[in-house]
Amino acid sequence: MADTKIPRQDIPKQTPEERRKNFNEVALGYNKELAQLEAQRCIQCKKPFCIEGCPVEIDIPAFIALIKEGDFDGALAKMREKNLLPGICGRVCPQEEQCEIKCVLQKRFGAVAIGRLERFIADYEIEQDKMVIPPVADPTGKKIAVVGSGPGGLTVAADLAKLGHKVTLYEALHAPGGVLVYGIPEFRLPKAIVSRECHILEEMGVELVTDFVVGRAATVDELFEQGFDAVYLGLGAGLPWFMNIPGENLAGVYSANEYLTRINLMKAYKFPEYDTPIRVGKKVAVVGGGNVAMDAVRSSIRMGADEAYIIYRRSRTELPAREEEIENAEEEGVIFQFLVNPVQYIGDDTGRVKQIELLKMELGEPDSSGRRRPVPIEGSEYKIDIDTVVVAIGNGANPLVPGTTPGLETNKWGNIVAEVETGKTSKKAVWAGGDIVTGAATVIEAMGAGRIAANSIHEYLTTGKW
Amino acid sequence: MFKIVERERVNPVVNKFVIESPIIAKKREPGQFVIFRLHEKGERIPITIADADPKAGTITVYVQELGKTTFEMGKMNAGDEIADVVGPLGLPTPIEKVEGDIFAVAGGVGSAEVLPIARKHKEVGNKVVAILGYRSKDIVILEEEFKSFADEVYITTDDGSYGREGFVTHELKDHLDKGRKIAEVIAVGPAIMMKVVSDLTRHYDVKTMVSLNSIMIDGTGMCGVCRVEVGGETRYACVHGPEFDGHKVNFDLMLKRLASFKEEEKISLDRYNAAVGGENG
Repeated sequence: MADTKIPRQDIPKQTPEERRKNFNEVALGYNKELAQLEAQRCIQCKKPFCIEGCPVEIDIPAFIALIKEGDFDGALAKMREKNLLPGICGRVCPQEEQCEIKCVLQKRFGAVAIGRLERFIADYEIEQDKMVIPPVADPTGKKIAVVGSGPGGLTVAADLAKLGHKVTLYEALHAPGGVLVYGIPEFRLPKAIVSRECHILEEMGVELVTDFVVGRAATVDELFEQGFDAVYLGLGAGLPWFMNIPGENLAGVYSANEYLTRINLMKAYKFPEYDTPIRVGKKVAVVGGGNVAMDAVRSSIRMGADEAYIIYRRSRTELPAREEEIENAEEEGVIFQFLVNPVQYIGDDTGRVKQIELLKMELGEPDSSGRRRPVPIEGSEYKIDIDTVVVAIGNGANPLVPGTTPGLETNKWGNIVAEVETGKTSKKAVWAGGDIVTGAATVIEAMGAGRIAANSIHEYLTTGKW
Repeated sequence: MFKIVERERVNPVVNKFVIESPIIAKKREPGQFVIFRLHEKGERIPITIADADPKAGTITVYVQELGKTTFEMGKMNAGDEIADVVGPLGLPTPIEKVEGDIFAVAGGVGSAEVLPIARKHKEVGNKVVAILGYRSKDIVILEEEFKSFADEVYITTDDGSYGREGFVTHELKDHLDKGRKIAEVIAVGPAIMMKVVSDLTRHYDVKTMVSLNSIMIDGTGMCGVCRVEVGGETRYACVHGPEFDGHKVNFDLMLKRLASFKEEEKISLDRYNAAVGGENG
């Protein structure tokens, strides 16, 4: 029987004092006892709303029931039916907005910690040194090129490989995973988890090609000439946005993409053992309020900054980052400056940033996003001394593939136009999803788009109907 | 992994590498570059493709020893493997038959980088004049290659030990003063050299393209470190370039951005020298 008297189980974490000094994972995960205790809280709804909240429709009550019974292998197999990447999703999905918000216990007792249980199952698999490879159907003879090995591309590749299609996964960087390896820091998602989950794909027969830039090394049309029957474009984030204010090109001003890529993908936090340098000063200002901004500011603390600021133009209520990440940042000593916007960056005579000029804001009427619009307060400018700036205000679209693919429609921002229900683009046999279609979104949204496109690709490959 | 099939020290500071990379060899066009990462702990560095042999499936690059990674690469030999070579990156140089001469102006190892562009101009029927500048005689490279196709080749050395004493701008200025009809100057070399060439040709209102060697990481428009200011707008050298109108580039800003990691580069090189017991750089 479910036991609602058991409180929602906290996840053990490194203390803020410890974790300020290292890049190791912050949340340590449930052990078996904690996982089984938490699993007992699930009341096994006849009509489980949690599944509706999951973009990849994991049978959540079923895997939780198996954990409760101690059948962890069974829980893992149940999970893999719908989600090949539980180690990733259990860590970075915003469960509080998806499955957990739908949990019937949410209001009175606190939702079942679905994400933590998902992660527990993934960790269990690693602990057992097992790799549960999902069954793969007989080969269909159809070939699919998946461009981009981020969360969306990995999902498409996994779904289609399971159905017996031959998938080639192209990655421009030297390691697969896209934003999971270049963007999300080690302390939130260990890279070993990503490479392990990518390895499962290879075991399923997916061919992984790194160092390959589609649009340059081969165009989409050339992929078709090479014999691919369908192409999925999961290109991810493109050109980082700046605010077009004076001083943004000074040395010491990074885009969040550059800053995080240096630290995560290139391991600049281990410089000079690793060759890629990064210069993080003592006073770091991160501009923006999303998850990427939190990742950047928390990385700064770990890199030795004495003062790490979040500069956000609205108030705490409107911060788009996950609550959990905001709390982690607060615990780690991040200084939040709300209702301010940068006006310019001021450099020293060597061209390196030394000050940020901020303008105070107040909140006006809600804008099109439903959030209250920040309105500048005239004459309220002030300066603070900083030596490093990270601009984390989002990305535009990457022009490489759209610019070399005739017949592929883009919108005025350069994002690829794709049908929401299928992921189909304007070009026959080409699908797209994730940030290249929607602009910056979340890992699980990219995976959801991948799942939808994979279904549509399978239908096209089996019926021939576009 | 990408195998080095040939390696030759062409002058005391530059190594030529021929590297197996069949896809890039087939697709590359003049003006494009690759990004290397030597090994698991390596950094990603952009290098212009000097030549390619699609049949053999190889590309050729000339790498000047400047920092830790390029010295380390200089110790690699035929048979060794490079972890990652990605490309071709950047936009190809637009090359067509034009009225007037094409001046390929290069400084140091830039002569290897301007070589494929100059050659293609010749192939489409343009008159090609090469002005190649070096510090001194011992580092002159590729003279014979340029002489094999270019209509005129001028060499300058800073110390006068070979060719004309002085800088490429001295030679170029003479041609400009003579009123030659120049369709385009293509300047490739150190940022400071491209700046002075652009400053010179601006007075004569002669179109000048420069190939910017910004710091890069991914090289595909994701990280933004290679951003430069061109005509007051921020552009990304990796996807909008690497070639831009030299008269519009903010070189002062670019030079400062190139120096962003100067101290770290020194730490890295000193540490490398200590490890190999050498005194590189």
